[in-house]
Amino acid sequence: MSARLYLWVPLALFAFFAGLAAFMLTQEKNQFVESTMIGQPLPDFALDPAFTGLPGASKADFIGGQPRLLNIWASWCLPCIAEAPQLEALKAQGAEIIGIAIRDRPNDVARFLARHGNPYSRIGSDAISEVQLAIGSSGVPETFVIDAKGVIRYQHIGDIRPEHVPVLMAELEKAR
Amino acid sequence: MIRAVASLLLAMLALPALAQDSMPPAPYAYNQLDDPRLEAEASALMQTLRCLKCQSQSIADSDAPMAGDMRHQVRSRILAGESPDAIRRWLVARYGDYVSYEPEVSSTTWPLFAIPVLVILIVAGVLLRRLGKRRNDAGEAA
Repeated sequence: MSARLYLWVPLALFAFFAGLAAFMLTQEKNQFVESTMIGQPLPDFALDPAFTGLPGASKADFIGGQPRLLNIWASWCLPCIAEAPQLEALKAQGAEIIGIAIRDRPNDVARFLARHGNPYSRIGSDAISEVQLAIGSSGVPETFVIDAKGVIRYQHIGDIRPEHVPVLMAELEKAR
Repeated sequence: MIRAVASLLLAMLALPALAQDSMPPAPYAYNQLDDPRLEAEASALMQTLRCLKCQSQSIADSDAPMAGDMRHQVRSRILAGESPDAIRRWLVARYGDYVSYEPEVSSTTWPLFAIPVLVILIVAGVLLRRLGKRRNDAGEAA
């Protein structure tokens, strides 16, 4: 009798794995590649202004004073339009936002800001995604919390939705 | 007929929605290094790095702008005298094991390598015991 039952073990194993595979197919997959630079200092960089209206951005701009937000964005990026009001809200609550525009042109940057608002204190132009790669960011938009010593403290991947605004404000407070 | 041809022609003129940048690629995104030895080193390394945008391709295979920017990093760093290992470590320090497109044994991936070996050992053990037993049985019967 027990030998008979034993025969069913392979089938049971197969059913288990088939069931597991079917279940996993219904689960949402996390497509985001998270930066492993959290807790690390910003790399040295100095980027030219992304358009004539604001100064460029360098590591030195993050040192001293309050923690700041580093927003990786681009005028050609559609979710960046969606997060523009939330960046305005963060600025209204006292956050300083330094932007890095990825693979962008001055005219396009100016047009985007004229249409969707300008919450930035500075915007650097990263035409070859150099700084983006150096901080472990894998897309636009992404937002990093940088403390006053220039250390990366938090990463938000994707557009900032209204529910993320208090989270980012809390992370800025934590980075003090 | 004319209408069909006209709509086809119009469709060919259609512009894709603005979803990517219009900037020229980085200098070394599509240009090889002059020194064939260095280019071979760079290209071997690029085969083993994952494109972060198109996650089932290496950066050597991908036309995503970000893959081009990563190729530029690889080639310009090789040209500056960095070793392929150092460049790979630089990227893994930023993106974790995910950026590696070559299986590597690490603290999280070791079961992937260990389990097959373990299974083969178990199967070999079971087979040996069974075959050994059968031979013994056969010996006794004879």
